[in-house]
Amino acid sequence: MTAVGRPFSQTRLPGFAPLLVIASATVMTVLVLLPLFVVFSDAFSKGIGHYLAAITEPDAVSAMKLTLLVAAIAVPLNAVFGIAAAWCIARFEFRGKGVLLTLIDLPFSMSPVVSGLVWVLLFGAQGWFGTWLIDHDVKIIFATTGLVLATILVTFPFVARELIPLMQDQGSDEEAAALTLGAGGFTTFWRITLPNIRWALLYGVLLCNARAMGEFGAVSVVSGHIRGLTTTLPLHVEVLYNDYDFVGAFAAASLLASLGLVTLVLKTGLEWRHSGELSANRRH
Amino acid sequence: MTTFSPPASAPTRRMLVGGLAAAPLLASPLLAGPAQAQAGRTITLLNVSYDPTRELYKEINAAFAAYWKGKTGEILDIKQSHGGSGKQARSVIEGLEADVVTLALAGDIDEISERAKLLPANWQSRLPDNSTPYTSTIVFLVRKGNPKGIRDWPDLVKPSVGVITPNPKTSGGARWSYLAAYNYGVQHGGPGAAKDYITRLYRNVPVLGAGARDATTNFAQRNLGDVLLSWENEAYLTIDEFGPNFDIVYPSSSILAEPPVALVDKIVDRHKTRVQATGYLNFLYSPLAQDIVGKHHFRPREAKAAAKYAASFKTIPLATIDKAFGGWKKASVAHFADGALFDQIYKPA
Repeated sequence: MTAVGRPFSQTRLPGFAPLLVIASATVMTVLVLLPLFVVFSDAFSKGIGHYLAAITEPDAVSAMKLTLLVAAIAVPLNAVFGIAAAWCIARFEFRGKGVLLTLIDLPFSMSPVVSGLVWVLLFGAQGWFGTWLIDHDVKIIFATTGLVLATILVTFPFVARELIPLMQDQGSDEEAAALTLGAGGFTTFWRITLPNIRWALLYGVLLCNARAMGEFGAVSVVSGHIRGLTTTLPLHVEVLYNDYDFVGAFAAASLLASLGLVTLVLKTGLEWRHSGELSANRRH
Repeated sequence: MTTFSPPASAPTRRMLVGGLAAAPLLASPLLAGPAQAQAGRTITLLNVSYDPTRELYKEINAAFAAYWKGKTGEILDIKQSHGGSGKQARSVIEGLEADVVTLALAGDIDEISERAKLLPANWQSRLPDNSTPYTSTIVFLVRKGNPKGIRDWPDLVKPSVGVITPNPKTSGGARWSYLAAYNYGVQHGGPGAAKDYITRLYRNVPVLGAGARDATTNFAQRNLGDVLLSWENEAYLTIDEFGPNFDIVYPSSSILAEPPVALVDKIVDRHKTRVQATGYLNFLYSPLAQDIVGKHHFRPREAKAAAKYAASFKTIPLATIDKAFGGWKKASVAHFADGALFDQIYKPA
């Protein structure tokens, strides 16, 4: 359908190619593999027993649960938002489309600290809605809700940005045909739109999830750093590091790194199996 | 051609949809965890504290929870939050629901009282000893054997000396360090000499961390600088944690650092935890807690604990914030407010 060939793989490599390969392999080793190795070797530096104790300690377990909870709320919401936004943008012409696209990209260009701070300015005790929230005993900042809001704001472009180029590329012919043949809106979406975008959607969800679980800056601003209550896994790493518990910090970091590695494996698998459907994304 | 069968086989689609639907389900047993823990008769208290008290309050919280359970039968879960004192005060002002605050200096609790009106202005007179159940001071931590020969304040402004201290804008310990240094300058030449001295001192600071822990980690873990201006307790803790690679140097004079504690009235009334939080703060003055205080290298107020740990603290002349600077309000306005003396003398390298 939209399969784009890869001309470079078919041409002969220039003579200096081996040098480039060595250079990039070196950079990868120093910048990616070495730090990853350090994380795991430090995590296990006092033995497996110490490592297991560090990751099963109550604050670590609570940080892990909180991280999964935040991702479990933020990622599905962003998936729904991403599909809706991509559908609007790819299928319809309307005024303000450019503005909407820019807004979707905003979290990419904004510092995560700002993404956290806006919620404090809105919902903090001294913020716009602070007094009302206190009067009605609603806790947003320094609670799970704030962590979820900050994470949603930081991660919302991921799914939309994966889907928009693909859906624009696919066009609306199949959907139009379905509608002409009498299918309802939901049937068309369920049987035509969703199957066409499913791999790109899964890819976007994976990226969104990786960022949601790893986010530090935005959640740090709204967390309040209450141990065992509002510290997500990345914040827990910082807490332990500052407690001089370096093995614990690296053990928690290794959990995060493992989550990242799983995401990477899934993502690579997807790219390998469905390169045609995903290739539309390479343009941005 | 009246049926639409999508090119992909049906099982794959179900797998995908099923997978997406399962994600929240997988997480849902986890959601029950924290909620169940809070059920029953457990009462939660939040102590928002500054950086170097992490280990101290971990032990005190356990001791108080045991004491309180024996006395009342109530089960307490005391949560901790730590960070630079100024930053922590900011969080409480923004709505972090601290039942008690145990910060590095009275000025930060004054801010909470003034800006958020969460506790009365006279909070510091409600508990004994200026509401400071323990004190500390500022000392120098140097590398083993003191290779740069740092003995007193004048040695810090020598050209080749790197001084590590956090940012006085965000860190309480850094404010005490700054004032101790400034006061040394005043005593040895008056305000003009003090300004000159402090200017040269901060010229030797390569990086300002956000809190005491940042600074300690920079010095001890990353080997930055030759001397750390440190809380006395943090200096001893560094030796406990990192082994005997450091020496503590007591300067000829320093400052009496009084880290105060306070009940946050509006929060305890909202949480209905006034009784427990008051009990917690009073407990800090008890012989049991005072012994823990001494064990963690803070200077106890209570006579017996003070005597027990006296040998580990060197007696040097200590200026007080009230006598030397006229209290925290004056000191803040003159030194740490926007555009005040610190902003005038410090230029990032």
